[in-house]
Amino acid sequence: MATLTEAPPVAPPAPERKPPRRRGRWTPYLLLLPGLLWLLVFFALPVIYQASTSVQTGSLEQGYEVTWHFATYWEALSEYWPQFVRSVLYAASATVLCLLLGYPLAYLIAFRAGRWRNLIMILVIAPFFTSFLIRTLAWKTILADGGPVVDALNALHVLDVTAWLGWTAGDRVLATPLAVVCGLTYNFLPFMILPLYTSLERIDPRLHEAAGDLYARPSTTFRRVTFPLSMPGVVSGTLLTFIPASGDYINSDLLGSTDTRMVGNVIQSQFLRILDYPTAAALSFILMAAILVVVTLYIRKSGTEDLV
Amino acid sequence: MAFVNWLKRRLVVIAGLLTLAYLLLPNVVVTVFSFNNPKGRFNYTWQEFSTEAWQDPCGVSGLCASLSLSLQIALWATIGATLLGTMIAFALVRYRFRARGAVNSLIFLPMAMPEVVMAASLLTLFLNMGAQLGFWTILIAHIMFCLSFVVVAVKARVMSMDPRLEQAAQDLYAGPLQTFLRVTLPIAAPGIAAGALLAFALSFDDFIITNFNAGSTVTFPMFVWGSAQRGTPVQINVIGTGMFVVAVLLVLVSMLIGNRRNRQKA
Amino acid sequence: MKTTKDTNAPGDSGDVRLTGIGKTYGSFTAVHPLDLTVPEGSFFALLGASGCGKTTTLRMIAGLEEPSVGTVHLGDQDVTALPPYKRPVNTVFQSYALFPHLDIFENVAFGLRRRGIKSVKKQVDEMLELVQLGEQARKKPHQLSGGQQQRVAVARALINHPKVLLLDEPLGALDLKLRRQMQLELKRIQTEVGITFVHVTHDQEEAMTMADTVAVMNAGRVEQLGSPADLYENPRTTFVANFLGTSNFIEAEVDSASGGELVLEAGGGKLILPEARNSAPTTAGGKVLVGVRPEKISLTHADDAGEIPGGRNRITGRIADSSFIGVSTQFVVDSPVCTDFEVYVQNIDRDARLVPGAEVVLHWNPAHTFGLDAAQDIDAGVETVEEEVA
Repeated sequence: MATLTEAPPVAPPAPERKPPRRRGRWTPYLLLLPGLLWLLVFFALPVIYQASTSVQTGSLEQGYEVTWHFATYWEALSEYWPQFVRSVLYAASATVLCLLLGYPLAYLIAFRAGRWRNLIMILVIAPFFTSFLIRTLAWKTILADGGPVVDALNALHVLDVTAWLGWTAGDRVLATPLAVVCGLTYNFLPFMILPLYTSLERIDPRLHEAAGDLYARPSTTFRRVTFPLSMPGVVSGTLLTFIPASGDYINSDLLGSTDTRMVGNVIQSQFLRILDYPTAAALSFILMAAILVVVTLYIRKSGTEDLV
Repeated sequence: MAFVNWLKRRLVVIAGLLTLAYLLLPNVVVTVFSFNNPKGRFNYTWQEFSTEAWQDPCGVSGLCASLSLSLQIALWATIGATLLGTMIAFALVRYRFRARGAVNSLIFLPMAMPEVVMAASLLTLFLNMGAQLGFWTILIAHIMFCLSFVVVAVKARVMSMDPRLEQAAQDLYAGPLQTFLRVTLPIAAPGIAAGALLAFALSFDDFIITNFNAGSTVTFPMFVWGSAQRGTPVQINVIGTGMFVVAVLLVLVSMLIGNRRNRQKA
Repeated sequence: MKTTKDTNAPGDSGDVRLTGIGKTYGSFTAVHPLDLTVPEGSFFALLGASGCGKTTTLRMIAGLEEPSVGTVHLGDQDVTALPPYKRPVNTVFQSYALFPHLDIFENVAFGLRRRGIKSVKKQVDEMLELVQLGEQARKKPHQLSGGQQQRVAVARALINHPKVLLLDEPLGALDLKLRRQMQLELKRIQTEVGITFVHVTHDQEEAMTMADTVAVMNAGRVEQLGSPADLYENPRTTFVANFLGTSNFIEAEVDSASGGELVLEAGGGKLILPEARNSAPTTAGGKVLVGVRPEKISLTHADDAGEIPGGRNRITGRIADSSFIGVSTQFVVDSPVCTDFEVYVQNIDRDARLVPGAEVVLHWNPAHTFGLDAAQDIDAGVETVEEEVA
């Protein structure tokens, strides 16, 4: 019970990070070699292949040739820009929703859960162990036409508002943008909660007390102390949500309609059904470049360089 | 007024629990509908209670074969990614070498890339090489995208390890190999285990990359995807519920054991 | 010193008054209901071992812990129900709790800004000068040394001109030398600003050096309250006697009382104890613990016993151990009435015969003897190896 009144002991001095290294100049390279080779051959090289495919012309029957046909990019963009815009919008909405929904839960686990902490943690992680496709299909049941959720939203006239905003159509939720965003939010919520929890949990609770002691009311304490200190979690959580959501095509396919197709859907169908490889490769390359630019800018802006 | 105050103080808790409900609702639905006896091919609306599917979980052709294939791939992908990833993590933390920045980016990028991009580019490679799509291409792809996650998990653990422990071991007459086996490895083990668990979960549940690179091979997620187009058998829900229950039980048991150990130590 | 000014006049005082305040966690009582008044402008120390309830008491004054029973008054204002951000009280936290995302300037300005004060620059600069950190204003806390961080924590609290400054083991994280320095520094600041300081510590030397008044706490209760000298010279319990410095105890029986003096019998010898310094019940034949501090005792070799002046308490024994520590030599003496009798002798004229095994006579002025109730644990408050912190 002494822990109730006594603060924990002061942390021991941090051990030196990079000790001058031991014998074996080649050891690090030998350790790195197999894994890096794997990444080079099966991650980096494919990206180059894809870049080359995107500027090829030809047909499936006669084979493709690199002709530096950059027009494919222009054609792909002009034809599929709505899908790109939709991807960004849906992914951004899902990210914001994940942050709004995930923050209270991460906060609850970090500061308010007490002895329930481990249990809640398990409940956050456990859904991972059921195939996400099965769980996404469950949303078809939850949001089904005439189901209790849709009926309730209808009765509260929520659907009128969302229909006016263009998020839903008629008295349906399924096959609308709202359903897709709802599915995306659900799918990537744990990727928001876990980094948020990690950075919240690191905050010394005495900082909250200190803020209160220095005349900050609870809301100010949150704004001035808790939230700024949780920024690393916010940054990595939003990235971990936005990146996969922007390339996702499963939620759109299962919960949406042809009007909710995202860029992932286009890439998938170009590659696996229509077999127009140059266009598919160009789209994929554009998505990759866009994500890299967004991520780099975002990380620069938020000043959190050490995410790895 | 008292109620408003009460609500204000518990706002975070209530909001958090609502989010938790949102997270768990689909699992509840999956479980409930594993006892459904649907009319027609799709299991989306409740008809009547039935335990039929539970009595014959493999009753749909191809389901259990895909499950076993997914488990095999996940197992091998975990072994491969954990081995390669652990080696990289040790090299990163414990050694100095050239081009550290480039190595770091090569590990970070696969995690910062939408899966569909990796899936598509890998497919162009396989097509260009004329590779036969199937078990091996899936395994190669899974090891590739699990690798980075293992590196991150192991690195975190090895970094928090006090290098003086290894010096102490050497001071106490342990050779380099013994130091590694008796001190370094046991201390890094939780990080390696976490990485391996993550790799297994990622591989087992992967759909997008597998979808592109599987050819006609059907893993469990591919099976579920296909059935979403053709008709969802109740058995899918049975498998989903089973996995959830087994996972929660495993975690609870491991926590109980951990608690007991801690108590014995104390 | 400002601290000696008389502020006992009721009504207008800024005293901290704890009335019947107590704290329980489930079935565990951290603090038994206690009354305590800290006079305005004083330097008050709560002293005790880990888990004795001193920090809980402090946190109840700060508003960080809600008392289970009782009230807290600051002057005439009942602040028991006020949350910490509405109390005119500031805390220097253990290991400081500086905001890691803010620089030193913003850390110090935090409280002023929260109270809506716009122009903070001048005040913060002045405060940083007071704690000699003007140069470091734009550094982050982790770039400062422990001593500097400690001064930031003090500045951050003091700049708000609180009615009371609460210090929770503020020097616990510093090494010994720096701690001595900061003790004097804190004392200087307190004298300069004249604010009431309530200081929680487990270090008896720290409490005695700095505080005007010390409350010794044990197991959720205040054992004794008084000035450092009073506590040291007149401990009322074995806990206080042992926790503050070292004490030797002899179990004795009351023989007779006369002229303000008690005559006691121990191991066949007579010991004299001034009645004013006895806190034990005295019926003839009753037991009393006779206490005496090691430095009050003189040590004479048995061959010279005749030279000891009369009227002193004396017992005989044999030196079991001696350690030389420069200014003094510490002897452990085995005596029939008490094993492990500790004696500190100043190294003025060292007697070469006083080596382990030598027969000696211990003697002291009866006025330095104190009497305690024998119905308590002789070893209460003795620091054991595990408890020794820093």
